[in-house]
Amino acid sequence: MADLRFGDEQPNDAELAAIGTIVSEADAATVVETERVVRGGTARRRGLRHLLLPVLHSLQHEIGWISPGGLNGAAKRLGVPPAEAYGVATFYELLRTTDPGHRDDIVHLCVDPACALAGNEELRSSLEARGAKVCESPCLGQCERAPALFVQGAGRPDRVPADDEEDFRLPQAGDSGLRVLRRVGVVDPASLDSYRDHGGYQALAAAIEMGAEAVIDAVRDSGLSGRGGAAFPTGAKWRAVADEPGPHKHVVANCDESEPGTFKDRVICERDPFAVIESMTIAGLATGAACGWIYIRGEYPRATRRLEGAIAQARAAGLLGRDAAGSGQRFDIELRRGAGAYICGEETALFNSIEGFRGEPRNKPPFPTTRGLFNQPTAVNNPETLLNVLHIATHGPDAYRSVGTERSPGTRLFCLSGRVAAPGLYEVPFGTTLGDLIDLAGGPLGSLAAVLLGGAAGAFVGPDALSMPLTLEDAREAGATLGSGVVTVFDDTADMESVVVRIAEFFRDESCGQCVPCRVGTQRQHEVLVELQASGGPLAPQRAELIDDMARAMADASICGLGHTASSAVRSAVALGLIGKSP
Amino acid sequence: MITTSGVATESAVTIRVDGKEVAVPEGATILDACDAAGVQTPAICYGPTLTPVNVCRVCVVELEGSRALVPSCSRAVEDAMAIHTDSERVRHSRKMVLEFLASGVDVSQADELRQWAEHYGADPDRYVPGGATMDEPVRVQDNLYIRDYDKCVLCYRCVEACGDDAQHTYAISVAGRGFGARISTEFDAPLPDSACVYCGNCVAVCPTNALQFKTEFDLRQADSWRPEDQTVTRTVCSYCGVGCNLELHVQDNQIVKCTSPDDHDVTRGNLCIKGRFGWNYV
Ligand SMILES: Cc1cc2nc3c(=O)[nH]c(=O)nc-3n(C[C@H](O)[C@H](O)[C@H](O)COP(=O)(O)O)c2cc1C
Ligand code: SF4
Ligand code: SF4
Ligand code: SF4
Ligand code: FES
Ligand code: FES
Repeated sequence: MADLRFGDEQPNDAELAAIGTIVSEADAATVVETERVVRGGTARRRGLRHLLLPVLHSLQHEIGWISPGGLNGAAKRLGVPPAEAYGVATFYELLRTTDPGHRDDIVHLCVDPACALAGNEELRSSLEARGAKVCESPCLGQCERAPALFVQGAGRPDRVPADDEEDFRLPQAGDSGLRVLRRVGVVDPASLDSYRDHGGYQALAAAIEMGAEAVIDAVRDSGLSGRGGAAFPTGAKWRAVADEPGPHKHVVANCDESEPGTFKDRVICERDPFAVIESMTIAGLATGAACGWIYIRGEYPRATRRLEGAIAQARAAGLLGRDAAGSGQRFDIELRRGAGAYICGEETALFNSIEGFRGEPRNKPPFPTTRGLFNQPTAVNNPETLLNVLHIATHGPDAYRSVGTERSPGTRLFCLSGRVAAPGLYEVPFGTTLGDLIDLAGGPLGSLAAVLLGGAAGAFVGPDALSMPLTLEDAREAGATLGSGVVTVFDDTADMESVVVRIAEFFRDESCGQCVPCRVGTQRQHEVLVELQASGGPLAPQRAELIDDMARAMADASICGLGHTASSAVRSAVALGLIGKSP
Repeated sequence: MITTSGVATESAVTIRVDGKEVAVPEGATILDACDAAGVQTPAICYGPTLTPVNVCRVCVVELEGSRALVPSCSRAVEDAMAIHTDSERVRHSRKMVLEFLASGVDVSQADELRQWAEHYGADPDRYVPGGATMDEPVRVQDNLYIRDYDKCVLCYRCVEACGDDAQHTYAISVAGRGFGARISTEFDAPLPDSACVYCGNCVAVCPTNALQFKTEFDLRQADSWRPEDQTVTRTVCSYCGVGCNLELHVQDNQIVKCTSPDDHDVTRGNLCIKGRFGWNYV
């Protein structure tokens, strides 16, 4: 890289200190090969750049914004061109590059459907009346306790007010059918001993006994598919990474959970963090990856603390490190926080984010299994997917398949929110009908009008879909998707036009902006829906055609899943007559 | 089979482009195969001297067996691929990309883009009146070149030319996100205060004239920019011993801009400040 040139602005002492908590001057002088091999993998070319986002977080947290001097200091320490560091800083919602002029807390108020239904506007008014600095936020992953807030502090830790008041109880507590959630609400998430008392680390022992090949075969035979949205067969993914030559591979737990309506990964990471660590370790041993990464969304401070605590305890107990759990293999985990960007949950955007680049998805192929994080073979999995592996390793694939359907074996987590009596996280066998699931959550409140299945990237279904079995195949046949397990329930009092305009706004705000179909298409789609809402009338034929034309181009020509799905909820709402109907 | 470098190779890949078999060397892209088949393909973000970033998506083609369309400029050929370059789906997506761009960007000086837009029947006027546009002031910060981001289609070419692909200066990057994304220096610092060394390589690759020589900008402002009256003279730069080729564009006996041929082994379209702008001081 050429010699970098910086502007005149210098970091002040506080900014230098903030940078120094992540990378000291001595660290920067030599790229140290630490005991923890994961630091930077072998990506020497990129040097310390993978610490850019942590450094920016530190500046934001200590100073309240990223000033020109702070940015220069960070860029110089890490050897990153300042223009590129600025490009990264301006990518994230939680990082500010303009001086707020105060160091007060910033209160992020969720404006997505479950919170809108639960009276977030009244909450906004009361907060503002008390002088709070409120800014709007997409879904904060707390839809079961809507309306949701996240408080970003300057010099004080970030926090979620609801965490302090919460008296957590899993709706299905005590149900013997629970697999993924069986320890949630039961185990002490801060204690390795408690985790062991509740069967923890038996799956890893079984996996070490079986050996890598047999573990991958068992995962394949179980029929486990990804729970992050794309439903890719996990066994095939692990096999592909295991078959790659070379010693440098990664496994990533994708805890970026930002699909509106999803909160399952937060509950898992807060209530059973060791299970995430244990299952990642199995993934590492099975695929031959020594480096594990947890990428968690920035709005989850408690889950972050608990995962960090679990990593530290597991490391101290020898369950992570040079000889992880006596397996003879090296495996350790590093945690990275996102900073407010839904797109960073897309696996290749996630790699760029960790590497210190803008969170822009990469074109596929090449796929992550051959060229993933730092261009090395990588298995990315959702935490729910990973936790299923614990059951498979302990009980075998046949037992795993004892519930669910032939093509959708096992259980599935669903995040129920909106107009249901008992919103919360539920685990049911694949094949349970939508109606039975909603009844499990106490039934709908009011007269059910529509259900948003799969979140903003999913689709609306009407009351006639209550008899639909929740499986991958049935959802596909109905033109819907289970996605990340979102079930948001709307009754006939909901203003569906506002809901759909908000979904369109979400995609407009969250598009990374890289490719034309999505950058412009999400903007124009939002404009058409705003126009429709303002008109108060039916959807004109040429507007309906425009919506379809844009949708087809976004689905066909965009780079990633965000663009591919950005119009699916909108189109389903039109098709169901939820919006734009002739009077 | 003859490769681009003129050497026979055994590892040729054969694919079908609109039903016609073409053989191209291993590692070639679908775009290369389309070229070989004599099929013209629109391209905005792709440039022969740049690493494909595949962001504009105007070059998409239909690949049998693939759910979505694929960008021809970056997708490597694989044996027995079957490509369609003029199906309804392809024409639709290409039209929409061009329509989308023209609906929010001033493409008045992007001649090639406008020709393709016409070819595919793009209608940028059918969107909601008053919709968002780039809405950026012209940045005139020195006497060498101007940046008019109202004309920017965010093709990333300038960023690539300033960074990894040619200059290794990294003076500019993409900042912001979504429709608000813009090409920018850090904190939008004026170019003279940034890392820019005025090689002009970004100007050379810009497909829309968002980046323009100041001489051209001034003449256009005065309504006296007349490309049809310009002559182009090839010469070798005399500032140092490298031997860069220059193309001097002359209008009314005045040099009005300086380019460098893409196909030249040494420069590949790139120059330094002396070659690119030295004539300014002559
Ligand atoms: C816009 C977008 C956002 C995504 N967000 C997430 C996410 O927050 N968590 C997640 O696990 N997967 C997310 N995914 C899917 C990932 O790209 C990837 O498929 C998944 O993490 C793989 O894990 P799995 O096979 O266990 O599902 C997202 C995909 C897209 C296109
Ligand atoms: S589809 Fe949208 S989010 Fe995905 S790469 Fe393109 S612009 Fe970015
Ligand atoms: S003139 Fe050269 S150095 Fe300056 S921004 Fe353009 S490419 Fe970069
Ligand atoms: S300024 Fe020109 S080269 Fe740069 S992104 Fe915009 S259109 Fe492309
Ligand atoms: S937290 Fe508000 S909708 Fe999810
Ligand atoms: S030319 Fe291929 S994506 Fe732009």
